[in-house]
Amino acid sequence: MGTVAVHGLCKSFGKVQALDGVTLDVPDGSFFVVLGPSGAGKTTTLRAIAGLEKLDAGSVHLDGRDATGDAPAARDLAMVFQSYALYPRHTAYENIASPLRARRCSSSEVAAAVEQMSSLLHIERLLQRRPAQLSGGEMQRVALARALVRRPRAFLMDEPLTNLDLKLRVEMRTELTRIHRSLGGTFVYVTNDQVEALSMADQVAVLKEGKVQQVGTPTEVYERPANQWVAGFVGSPPISLLACHAEGDRLVGAEGWTLPRPRWTTAEDGRPLLLGLRAEDLSVEQRGDASLSGELYGLEPLGDRTVVDVRVGTEILKVKARPTVTGTPGERLHVTVDLDRAHLFDAGTGLALSEAGR
Amino acid sequence: MAVSVDEAVPTGPVRDHTPPARRFGGRGRSVLEIALLTVLAVVMLFPVLWMIETSIKENRDVYAIPAKFFDFTVTLDHFKDVFIASGGRSALSVSFLNSVVVAGVSTVLATVLGVPAAWAYSRFAVKAKKDQLFFILSTRFMPPVVVVIPIFLMYRQVGLIDTKLGLILIYTAFNVPFTIWMMKGFVDEVPAEYEDAAMLDGYTRLQAFWRFTLPLLVPGIAATAVFALIFSWNEFVFAIFLTSSDDVRTAPPAIAGLIGGTTVDWGLVAAASVVFALPVLAFAYLVRKHLIAGVTLGAVRR
Repeated sequence: MGTVAVHGLCKSFGKVQALDGVTLDVPDGSFFVVLGPSGAGKTTTLRAIAGLEKLDAGSVHLDGRDATGDAPAARDLAMVFQSYALYPRHTAYENIASPLRARRCSSSEVAAAVEQMSSLLHIERLLQRRPAQLSGGEMQRVALARALVRRPRAFLMDEPLTNLDLKLRVEMRTELTRIHRSLGGTFVYVTNDQVEALSMADQVAVLKEGKVQQVGTPTEVYERPANQWVAGFVGSPPISLLACHAEGDRLVGAEGWTLPRPRWTTAEDGRPLLLGLRAEDLSVEQRGDASLSGELYGLEPLGDRTVVDVRVGTEILKVKARPTVTGTPGERLHVTVDLDRAHLFDAGTGLALSEAGR
Repeated sequence: MAVSVDEAVPTGPVRDHTPPARRFGGRGRSVLEIALLTVLAVVMLFPVLWMIETSIKENRDVYAIPAKFFDFTVTLDHFKDVFIASGGRSALSVSFLNSVVVAGVSTVLATVLGVPAAWAYSRFAVKAKKDQLFFILSTRFMPPVVVVIPIFLMYRQVGLIDTKLGLILIYTAFNVPFTIWMMKGFVDEVPAEYEDAAMLDGYTRLQAFWRFTLPLLVPGIAATAVFALIFSWNEFVFAIFLTSSDDVRTAPPAIAGLIGGTTVDWGLVAAASVVFALPVLAFAYLVRKHLIAGVTLGAVRR
């Protein structure tokens, strides 16, 4: 159906550089998620693809053809806006029909397409209502139907689930994946929610301050973060980062602890490093020789698990533990480290060390 | 929109039986307020009342001393005289018709020109937008009488003196800046995303504006147009300088022209004034909400 490629997008709003050389390649038929915190330039990227933003530099290619200067209508894209942007004076039916009406489809075609979409999204009984008479979740479905009613080159979605409550958001996540599977098509999906990115995407591009940090599958981004910032942004609870350096076959922490040096790292002795440890790669149970000692700082019971905050020197480690774990703050304990799954970053540049030997 | 004092004071769970001291001050103040407002209303409305009374009095009652407030004979002859003269339409009725044409056409022109301009200023990145908008506003800073002489000279050169077209053009020129400023406020209130969505649906930018934004602007356009209409309807200075003949003249100079002969038919002047004031009253009533919104526009937003 459609590939979307952007190259070297630059855009500034006054003194703010929103996009700083963004290059992305969205393969045909993929669910491509652009992930980043607010202000990272995600929405601007999407609007640039849609042709709603005039670029300072860079190009947009759709299906391999340069579409940089094309009007939005000529690009054959559909978009779901964060605010939904449903036409307030039109009924849900007319909102969904709008892309077809713009293309002068016959009213029987329109009726058939709207009916199909509304049954796919379970909004048949809402069709005669106006946006003001719809709840947030219903508006979201109507906005989705308006985008999906046509078969465009690609679907652009700008944080479509952000304004929904948590339960609906989880529901719609599954539903969107289902829709992508059943309809096919290229989805470019913008979000600041890493759970959405990890659970829905074929490919994730992580954006920060208008620059692409990393592009990869959700597993790659989670398991092999390209730099310290990506490691910290993706994953919950956030990864724990400890300052250290290599010394022979040991890693020596700034706080005095030592761990066996992971086999795969090639860092020269003395270079300042950051050791990144995810909560699930740490354990408060004694297992093996790679362990750190610290004191219990706090417990966050989350139902299915408990996150144990352990203080090592002045730094806090977040450790995933069984929900039954107990303890009193100040208690001494040992944290076992799965060094095969640890990450090392250069403390100066923040870039991940080569993991070629892993 | 307006929050009354009662609403502004939280009526929370704290309820005490002695009303706060402020309330007494409030009540005392409101008595004073009512008294002052009454005096003001009498002073302001008395000329209006006198105009209406004069318009329905017979001529000998108009000049009666002491003035007759209540026990006069009611007549509608003056109103008849406003519209009908011996042998056909009166000059006054022609001037009213001229006023309708001039005010109507100039309002339509100002709206047609001003609304798209306001949309453009609201939606697009225009170079030196603030300066341009300030320049547009600045054309309304000076009183019209300042420019009436140069305009008179220019109009004489191009043959627009004593034509309805001349008045229409000058009123349009005065109403366009006003329309742009007022409408920009209304356009700003409509999210640009409706147009973005429409363009992705497959409409052009102009179609997106026409089909999705414009219908949402209708109340604002109506309010703005009424203001423009009232301005053109009431305008006196340009009308008296730039027109002279009876078949071009608008109502304000025509009514003023009734005064100044050896005898003044006050009944006719009053009746003409009543007829002249009615449309303005009606329209002002229609847009009374926006009248206040217009005054506070920009004062609270962003």
